[in-house]
Amino acid sequence: MRPQDILLPVASGLCCKPGGFHIDPIRPVERAVITHGHSDHARAGHGAVLATQETLDMMRLRYGENFAGSTQAIRYGEEIWLGETSVKFHPAGHVLGSAQVAVTCKDTCIVASGDYKDAPDPTCTPFELVPCDVFITEATFGLPVFRHGDAADEVKKLLASVALFPERAHLVGAYSLGKAQRVIALLRQAGYDAPIYLHGAMENITHYYQSRGIALGELRPVKGVKKAALAGTITLAPPSATSDIWTRRFPDPVTAFASGWMRVRARARQRGIELPLVISDHADWDGLTATIAATGAGEIWVTHGQEDALVHWCQSKGLRAKPLDLVGYGDEEETETPLADEAEA
Amino acid sequence: MNRFAELLDRLAYEPGRNNKLRLITGYFREVADPDRGYALAALTGALSFKHAKPALIRDLIASRTDPVLFGLSYDYVGDLSETVALMWPKAAMAAHNNPPPPTLTEVVTTLRTLGKTELPKQLERWLDELDETGRWALLKLVTGALRIGISARLAKTAAAALGNKDPHEVELMWPGLAPPYLDLFAWLEGRGDKPVNRDPAPFRPVMLAHAIEDTDFAPLDPADYIAEWKWDGIRVQAVAGRDEHGHITARLYSRTGEDITGSFPDLVPALRLPGAIDGELLVLREGRVQSFNVLQQRLNRKVVSPKLIKEFPIHLRAYDLLGDDENDLRELPFAERRERLETFIGKLGDPRIDLSPTVPFASWEALTAARADPAGAGAGDDADAVEGVMLKRRDAPYLPGRPKGQWWKWKRDPHIIDAVLMYAQRGHGKRSSYYSDYTFGVWTAGAGGDELVPVGKAYFGFTDEELLQIDRFVRRHTTEKFGPVRHVVHEGDKGLVLEVAFEGLQRSPRHKSGVAMRFPRISRLRWDKPPREADRLETLEKMLKAEAAELDA
Repeated sequence: MRPQDILLPVASGLCCKPGGFHIDPIRPVERAVITHGHSDHARAGHGAVLATQETLDMMRLRYGENFAGSTQAIRYGEEIWLGETSVKFHPAGHVLGSAQVAVTCKDTCIVASGDYKDAPDPTCTPFELVPCDVFITEATFGLPVFRHGDAADEVKKLLASVALFPERAHLVGAYSLGKAQRVIALLRQAGYDAPIYLHGAMENITHYYQSRGIALGELRPVKGVKKAALAGTITLAPPSATSDIWTRRFPDPVTAFASGWMRVRARARQRGIELPLVISDHADWDGLTATIAATGAGEIWVTHGQEDALVHWCQSKGLRAKPLDLVGYGDEEETETPLADEAEA
Repeated sequence: MNRFAELLDRLAYEPGRNNKLRLITGYFREVADPDRGYALAALTGALSFKHAKPALIRDLIASRTDPVLFGLSYDYVGDLSETVALMWPKAAMAAHNNPPPPTLTEVVTTLRTLGKTELPKQLERWLDELDETGRWALLKLVTGALRIGISARLAKTAAAALGNKDPHEVELMWPGLAPPYLDLFAWLEGRGDKPVNRDPAPFRPVMLAHAIEDTDFAPLDPADYIAEWKWDGIRVQAVAGRDEHGHITARLYSRTGEDITGSFPDLVPALRLPGAIDGELLVLREGRVQSFNVLQQRLNRKVVSPKLIKEFPIHLRAYDLLGDDENDLRELPFAERRERLETFIGKLGDPRIDLSPTVPFASWEALTAARADPAGAGAGDDADAVEGVMLKRRDAPYLPGRPKGQWWKWKRDPHIIDAVLMYAQRGHGKRSSYYSDYTFGVWTAGAGGDELVPVGKAYFGFTDEELLQIDRFVRRHTTEKFGPVRHVVHEGDKGLVLEVAFEGLQRSPRHKSGVAMRFPRISRLRWDKPPREADRLETLEKMLKAEAAELDA
């Protein structure tokens, strides 16, 4: 069977005709299979949603009880038949509950990996390599300049800065879902046991992580804390909050940002970041290319990000590769909307 | 090298001066000799080796990476050193046998002696051994493009802080020191004697003046003071001394102690007598002082062509003498130093160096009148280059820094216009949550009636409270956003009028309005004034014409 007869990009997302569903649709559809809880992948208003329990919980937290007509939870490794296809979920290592979706129809297996990373992360199940015929990969950091290094070293940088500037507050911009909790967990791994403060917009999702058994130590809302008491502390906040009025409650804050984009100086400077921390929940260039090679797939579809470079690399390795025209997915940086959060912060 | 790279990396993002100082001092405390000494040399621009050309770096990366991937990456990153540092592929060799990354000392000492043909191989080895940040710093260092916003002065101040010393002391001994500054660090850490500056023409930390306010005059007696013109040039120290062979060495220093001799070779022969002159660097044409705009053509030049020297003849106007041959005069009262200066300049007898005249006055009223009309009070044709008067106590010794009550500067009143706030942009560092950079404009006749045309930008002059008020105004009256820039309402009856003070005007083809302001700042917020009553471009053009007319006269 030709792969494009199994999965095809259409206006509402990646459509599986023989299975009668869409993967991460950007418009309301009858039946949606969702890889993970970030808002550009998990939207409200679908008829039926199939996802991991964690992803479903996150959608409920974000959109309320009635975010979909009906829901069905699926475990990693579990197989479900939809129409003529078998659908199986595998850990993607991106955030808590994130999954790659393996769709098999007759003799052809396509893996839609959503967003993924092959780097260790104490807050989610590690990425699992799934052999397949066609591998659909993201390309958020699909340029050879993006090599993320060890996240633990970046956290050391943060702690060294806290030690050097004990009278200043450290403000770490991090996406509310996933990155923030990972940074907290990394800080705990590095031996930092002081209370960590949270912007209001992060509280719900972080508490959800804790409820799933992820140890994050003592967390406190930053709201209502006196300015002087914030000297020498670390606060996690959505990236856009770190350059706004909200920051005036902190004593001479050091603005950090935990993101793979921080690898490029101009990006950090543009945002006025003083302490860039290269910590990413997406695979870096080496991770992308190693994963692509290891899947054994002969054909690679490249989506959201720097498709050109990755397609070129695949072709230079003798793989069939093409960019997949899917619109509506960005990295979380662009999609996070803190304005609504500011009120509750 | 990786630790030094880490410092550079952090400094490149840190906007605050004090925080930069702490980062550098922290580095000096943590890192041992001689690495920290070479770091100090790198930060003060005291390292000398032949720089690698960007073409060499391109060749290195081309031999290791796919050209398409390099092209896409370079387009994205926009900086050659950074692109190469980030995408440099590790050599495919056994991980357990890797040599340790080079130290900064190893890099600096090797580069000094390395032949041109050996450079590429050596660079490759280092690039293999370093991490991303290390590679970035190495490439910036070898290409001579270490631009991280650190002045030599700041690096020396950070070194001084290591031993709680006054930065002036370090400045004073600096010309006698050489990388890796083992003696300096030994002294700073209390392990060694204070290094002696054996430089025949050393810099002396300068004495600075306070701006005088109206209320400061009351307790002052005019008889205690000598007044001079305040020249709109560049403060310099011109020092000449004899080396051990009896030859004269002459140097020109900026007020921060930077050696700027190389930019003014035409002045050096005039400094033929041992001594240290404090004075103003000016451009003179046919005996007349030119405006600062003219002088600017001679500043920050790497190459000084004969044509430049001829068109912009440099001149030193002397107002103090800190050393006369072997004698240090700094302890003497100003009145005595002034007498010595007059004798010294007379002995020099060089047309490129003259005395800055004193301004006689018997009362503050008389001085007020002189300041208002320098041309009529003795400055004559040079009045355009006078930006006020200086008051110096007759009995004041020459003290480094800005001691209280000794020297006063009394600037001419600035030019003032009322302009309309048009765009606002966020500041940096402490101000990153505030709209603190303002573009303002004045009215001019446009195709569809009067319109505002931007004439300048200002980001200081206001109080903290006023900043809060403007910030609030900007947020509430934004009509459009372009990235970090907010378009603020500016119509005849809607908008904010800013009183802008500035020192001078210049014609500028780069600005739509055709004028550029010198040193503009917000002097007042005119909440009371509707924008339609703000000034017009014609007012500025008239000021330009008046200046031009004076120049031509």
